[in-house]
Amino acid sequence: MKFTLSWLKDHLDTEATLDEITEALTDLGLEVEGVEDPAARLAPFTIARIQSAEQHPDADRLRVCMVETDDGMKQIVCGAPNARAGITVVLAKPGDYVPGIDTTLAVGKIRGVESHGMMASERELELSDEHGGIIELPSGTVGQKFTDWLAAHDPAKVDPVIEIAITPNRQDALGIHGIARDLAARGLGTLKPHDPQPVQGRFPCPVAVTIDADTLEVAPHFAGRVIRGVKNGPSPKWLQDRLRAIGLRPISALVDVTNYFTYDMNRPLHVFDVDKMQGGLRVHRAKGGETLLALDGKTYSLRAGHTLISDARGPESLAGIMGGEDTGCTDDTVTVFLESAWWDPVHTALTGRDLKIHSDARYRFERGVDPDYTLPGLEAATRMILDLCGGEASDVVEAGAAPKTARSYSLDTRRVVSLVGMDIPKAEQVRILTSLGFSATGAGDTLEVWVPSWRRDVQGEADLVEEVARIRSLTQLEPKPMPRATAGVPKPVLTPMQMRERMARRTAAALGYNECVTYSFIDRAAAALFGGGSDAVMLENPISADLSHMRPDLLPGLLRAAARNQARGMMDLALFEVGHAFHGGEPGEQHLQVAGLLVGHSGPRDPHGARRAVDVFDIKADAEAILAAMGAPAKVQILRGGPDWWHPGRHGVISLGPQKRLGVFGELHPKVLKAMDVKGQAMAFVLTPADIPLPKAANASRGAVEMAGFQAVERDFAFVVDAQTEAAVLVNAAAGADKALIAEVRVFDEFIGGALGEGRKSIALSVRLQPRDRTLTEDEIDAVAAKIVDKVQKATGGLLRG
Amino acid sequence: MDGLDQLKSDWLARIGAAQDESTLEDLRVGALGKKGDISLRMRDLGAMSPEQRQVAGPALNALKDEVTAALAAKKAALGDAALDERLRAEWLDVTLPARHRRQGTIHPVSQVTEEVTAIFADMGFAVAEGPQIETDWYNFDALNIPGHHPARAEMDTFYTHRAPGDDRPPHVLRTHTSPVQIRYMEAHGAPIRVIAPGRVYRADYDQTHTPMFHQVEGLAIDRDISMANLKWVLESFFSAYFGTAVRTRFRASHFPFTEPSAEVDIQCSWEGGTVKVGEGNDWLEVLGSGMVHPKVLQAGGVDPDLWQGFAFGMGIDRIAMLKYGIPDLRAFFDSDLRWLRHYGFSALQVPAVHSGV
Repeated sequence: MKFTLSWLKDHLDTEATLDEITEALTDLGLEVEGVEDPAARLAPFTIARIQSAEQHPDADRLRVCMVETDDGMKQIVCGAPNARAGITVVLAKPGDYVPGIDTTLAVGKIRGVESHGMMASERELELSDEHGGIIELPSGTVGQKFTDWLAAHDPAKVDPVIEIAITPNRQDALGIHGIARDLAARGLGTLKPHDPQPVQGRFPCPVAVTIDADTLEVAPHFAGRVIRGVKNGPSPKWLQDRLRAIGLRPISALVDVTNYFTYDMNRPLHVFDVDKMQGGLRVHRAKGGETLLALDGKTYSLRAGHTLISDARGPESLAGIMGGEDTGCTDDTVTVFLESAWWDPVHTALTGRDLKIHSDARYRFERGVDPDYTLPGLEAATRMILDLCGGEASDVVEAGAAPKTARSYSLDTRRVVSLVGMDIPKAEQVRILTSLGFSATGAGDTLEVWVPSWRRDVQGEADLVEEVARIRSLTQLEPKPMPRATAGVPKPVLTPMQMRERMARRTAAALGYNECVTYSFIDRAAAALFGGGSDAVMLENPISADLSHMRPDLLPGLLRAAARNQARGMMDLALFEVGHAFHGGEPGEQHLQVAGLLVGHSGPRDPHGARRAVDVFDIKADAEAILAAMGAPAKVQILRGGPDWWHPGRHGVISLGPQKRLGVFGELHPKVLKAMDVKGQAMAFVLTPADIPLPKAANASRGAVEMAGFQAVERDFAFVVDAQTEAAVLVNAAAGADKALIAEVRVFDEFIGGALGEGRKSIALSVRLQPRDRTLTEDEIDAVAAKIVDKVQKATGGLLRG
Repeated sequence: MDGLDQLKSDWLARIGAAQDESTLEDLRVGALGKKGDISLRMRDLGAMSPEQRQVAGPALNALKDEVTAALAAKKAALGDAALDERLRAEWLDVTLPARHRRQGTIHPVSQVTEEVTAIFADMGFAVAEGPQIETDWYNFDALNIPGHHPARAEMDTFYTHRAPGDDRPPHVLRTHTSPVQIRYMEAHGAPIRVIAPGRVYRADYDQTHTPMFHQVEGLAIDRDISMANLKWVLESFFSAYFGTAVRTRFRASHFPFTEPSAEVDIQCSWEGGTVKVGEGNDWLEVLGSGMVHPKVLQAGGVDPDLWQGFAFGMGIDRIAMLKYGIPDLRAFFDSDLRWLRHYGFSALQVPAVHSGV
């Protein structure tokens, strides 16, 4: 919403400066988004007079002028054709910034002659596009500030334009009068009364108006009158200046008057050319399928239920949104019907949304227009039309009546103080509400407050509190300590899951992974590769096709990130993300994942030969470390049969039993990598922290440590087994040989093929025996070893390697 | 005893001249072995008269000690020399690069979320979470934003697809963290002190907007919490977060879910094109806040006649950009390794009130 300072002063009697006004506006909740003050730009320039103008000795088109200034006589070289003795000009001195040529002046020499400043054209001062010559003022004294002269003779040129943001609740601030009311309530001046007197009709209105019974609910009040014998055409300069200043294009006097009241009083109006109409006007619901060529030059097709204004010929106007082209006013219009009506906000919003029309009228009606100002607005606009275009007005015709909005709420003045935390005496609360147009009465602590017709947004006590606080100024609010809810050291607040998420994140980073935050949505194809991409998780209005589906898994986002980095030449990547994946489209159908991705090599080439391609056992180590950090049990099973985006033979499902899966690690399927444009192999893990069982007892005690005093014994075994036999089977079998004595079984070598023959491998185990009550004898050790060999053989058919 | 001096000087000279350990061993045997020169002289002592022995005994013992010491000293010297020689050969070019070790990083959004959490936890706020796909009731209606409210249209909401025949209103990607207010009130009732950080979504993309970003919601409900308390909490927060005293300015505004509502600015300066928080005379808008609207309390099942309190919502990415001088929001979600390394944080840099956040 834009307005000029002088326009505001039509409604507000004030001595406040522009700065005071803009500060107050922002503080009142009418946030100033911009101020354009031409006076600031023109501040340095003063008025001067050319005393003499002689031909430049070396240039045909230049004159050397002696100019009378407030600093005495100055020599200025000027190229303007109108530079001549006796004229009053606008002077820019050395050091002044001239906006139109984006230059700060200095004393210069032009073709060998010194010049001490310049005399400006309108374009050089950004007053207009005029550049035929320097400005010649009809009056003014030497040394007078140019802005002072403009203020007296052409005030629009120095009228500051203020732009404010309007929050959706403030219908009243969509009119300049309402803005003035806020400022007056704040104490920045006095609101000038606005009480338009009715214009006596000279003849009965020849246009009848009706509202269909089924339409009254959304179009309760429609009024208007004919003004005949008008002379339309360009509106006067002051009106054009104002409209231009706030970004509107002047069209013709009749149309400009309607736009003027839209902004002045938040009272949208419409003018019909009566000579283009047939019969009276009927407000009714569309049947559906009607079309209307609107003033924006587009044809709209209506749905059943939209509200229309039609004459005998058919639809002529979209109620509360936009008029029709066929009955629009032109310079030839001599008889005009001026409409002032009230349209239901919700209905107007829905119709506007359906038709995708954004107009000033819709914007205002959907936020609310003062229903009690329909007739006064009609009278005020009638007066202005008669003033500007002549003619004579008919009686007012009216259908329906203004909707009743009178209502009151009780306001506990103590509650205001309690909620805001500022001591605002009852009398001040009453003063504030009264100055905003509310009536507030009542003895004791509770007021009965009646709401003015222009404050549709005020729907209860809380809204009244806000009005009082707003006008009183929240800037004045003094911070007040909020006591701790409980005394002493604050309790930990994080839940076990929240702790788990943090531990996972920091462990991954400690393991050398860089944390990414990728979008929660991804393209359908990528989602489909990871088991997603269904319509249930599709966005109706994605910002682009790349971001159309909620991610089923964190991996596609990480793979895309990897592909982008590879494209930038960064080939060795360790990325991870902690975030939610979506397994359905209902609230709550999301689950936290911790996903990591390794691509490329362990590091750059180095002189130590340490560089190697990342592999499954790198990622396995990291997945295990992160699971451990999240409190997963040490004993897990590694199963196969993970989802099909994993390499079928090179992944493991980390499980606690067949049903309880904590995550998957491994190499990703080459086809998936190709589809995601990732070069080379990629190792990944995806963990689901919620699947880790919570510890049973919330006890900090660790229990006693076991540090047996007797020598542990290590024995190595190598078994030859089928190549597909999993090492874990051997380990479990060996460990089962003597659960009390065997402290650890570790695989320390794997050898495949060679002398063992096709399809065979050797697995070497190191078994540590830890006696607890005595030192083992050789016989005892041999007995356990034999048992181990026996168990492994039974479990795998493997034989001890000779 | 004759010739002892000569004997001593001979052996000491030979020991001094020895070049390696085996020569030294030969010398030891030659002097002190069973048939060594000195040992043989010792044996002669038995044949002497007590008077002679009285003189020769100590002299021979002294000689033996001296030679033994010389042998030991020489052995140590030879060992040192050999070690020095080996170490000379073991020279390494230590300017060669170390074996590579990956340096992981924490994303600024995570770091700042933890910083915010640490500060508010100190003031007794717990951390709540909620679904990112929301019903329009939680995202709008319960927050006093009815279907036709202009604020809905201004939110640039993402809607989820509805299958034909499913006539329920479409779900939304939550446009703010405020629905967590309702869910938390429903689940826990009053009193409440909670923050809710998380992802939020709006259909907007340009220099300063991304379709996904992060907010943190704050909610405090009790018997007599006021807007003045809100101001204190926020000023305490910002001062702790930026590590310098930060003043705030409350400006009246409007949000459907709070009343009165205020936009909150923090004090800053814009010298040299960079923003510095906590100094200067300019103001920077950082969050929206207010006293929770009675209808919102009602929607969450909290009786507005008994309870009152404040709520606020602020952009995590935005305050991260402010504190750490990160220029472009879009880069947050691009995962460019150079950016992650430059703006990321060490795994061990865990924010805590006692160590600074």
